[in-house]
Amino acid sequence: MRWEIIIDRIPILLQGALMTVELTVLAVGIGTVIGLFTSLFRISKFGLSRFLAATYIDFFRGTPLLAQIYLIYFGLPQLVGYVPNPWISGVAALSINSGAYIAEIFRAGIQSIDKGQMEASRSLGMSYGQAMRYVILPQAFKRIVPPLGNEFIAMLKDSSLVSVITLQELMLTGRTIVGSTYRPFEVYITVAVLYLVMTLSISRLIAFLERRLRTGDLH
Amino acid sequence: MIYIKDLYKSFGTLEVLKGVSCHVKEKEVVVVIGPSGSGKSTLLRCINKLEDATSGEITVDNIPLNGSATNLNKVREEVGMVFQRFNLFPHKTALGNITMAPMKVRKTAKAEVYEAALKLLNKVGLSDKADVYPDQLSGGQQQRVAIARALAMQPKIMLFDEPTSALDPEMVGEVLAVMKNLAREGMTMVVVSHEMGFAREVGDRVIFMDEGMIIEEGTPEQVFGSPQHQRTKAFLSKIL
Repeated sequence: MRWEIIIDRIPILLQGALMTVELTVLAVGIGTVIGLFTSLFRISKFGLSRFLAATYIDFFRGTPLLAQIYLIYFGLPQLVGYVPNPWISGVAALSINSGAYIAEIFRAGIQSIDKGQMEASRSLGMSYGQAMRYVILPQAFKRIVPPLGNEFIAMLKDSSLVSVITLQELMLTGRTIVGSTYRPFEVYITVAVLYLVMTLSISRLIAFLERRLRTGDLH
Repeated sequence: MIYIKDLYKSFGTLEVLKGVSCHVKEKEVVVVIGPSGSGKSTLLRCINKLEDATSGEITVDNIPLNGSATNLNKVREEVGMVFQRFNLFPHKTALGNITMAPMKVRKTAKAEVYEAALKLLNKVGLSDKADVYPDQLSGGQQQRVAIARALAMQPKIMLFDEPTSALDPEMVGEVLAVMKNLAREGMTMVVVSHEMGFAREVGDRVIFMDEGMIIEEGTPEQVFGSPQHQRTKAFLSKIL
């Protein structure tokens, strides 16, 4: 074991970890916006919007993220003719993928709210949109915190896949170090532990948020 | 105020309303009774279009509900509804429940809405509960807040869908008292309820429904005192 090669490279490993966090936060953030609107399309009374939303969700949940990354980074430029940017392609692929999962999280959250809430809102003269915005979604948001936390953890790990399009996040940083040191065990165990530290921190944060929401009960 | 003609309503193959016609005059209090599954709640829910009628005509305050030009939200602003299970907004205080619709729908100024809401809370006897959330209120208190919430829109008609059925017996009285006051003030009311005392005291008319049809209607004295139909007699003998 030669741990000194790790000590020397802690700064670049942390830099890689930072990019992993950035990718994850962006992907889940953008994915949440995509997911919110997709879920509203998914439960709409208009058949076409339901169909489009379901198709999007099925495609991005039913195909490998790796294939989606290749498709966006290599495939689309061939059709549309632009020079692909790894950062934009990577964030786009992760966000679009995350959006599909988060859409289902939102849908489940919205549909878990008693339908009497919508009826009471509508009986007071509120439009469907007003009822969603002021009554249904505020209640649904609280219920989706735990599954959203799971999605965050899953995305943190899955973001390692964008290493294949040269983004220097934690995984690719590790692989690069192995390439120059030939010490795969020390490097990959360090990379794994860094991922573990990040996922454990997130699950603690989510648990804390859940407790806060519960002491406030349903308010 | 409310005209209903040949109303049919089916859920899939289940026919719930089979040709109901009736009308409710301004300031009239109509109590609808009947066994469960008789379609009385569905009839009520058709009046503010929480359910779409399969066929037939409904006119509320001279506005036909099935007209394509009809703005349903506008009609619903004039028709308050009180539910069996209250359906208060759990993430809002009593005051927040009452003020939401007037502010968001009527766009009334906040100060005005709050002043009116506090008066309504006082009217239903809950002045001290303004800042309390629904889960800290008893069933009777929740239902009174729900009535205040509906009244905050200053509706012309109030619909009550079994407002006391989900309440513990000792809380029924406080809700009925609020409803009686409302009737005395001249509110037009349609009440689905089995509270015979309430029907006798404030009801102008009682409608007995069974199997999706109106079997009998008349003053409370007529319907309770000398029912004409066999089915009415059978139903009343079970609940009185």
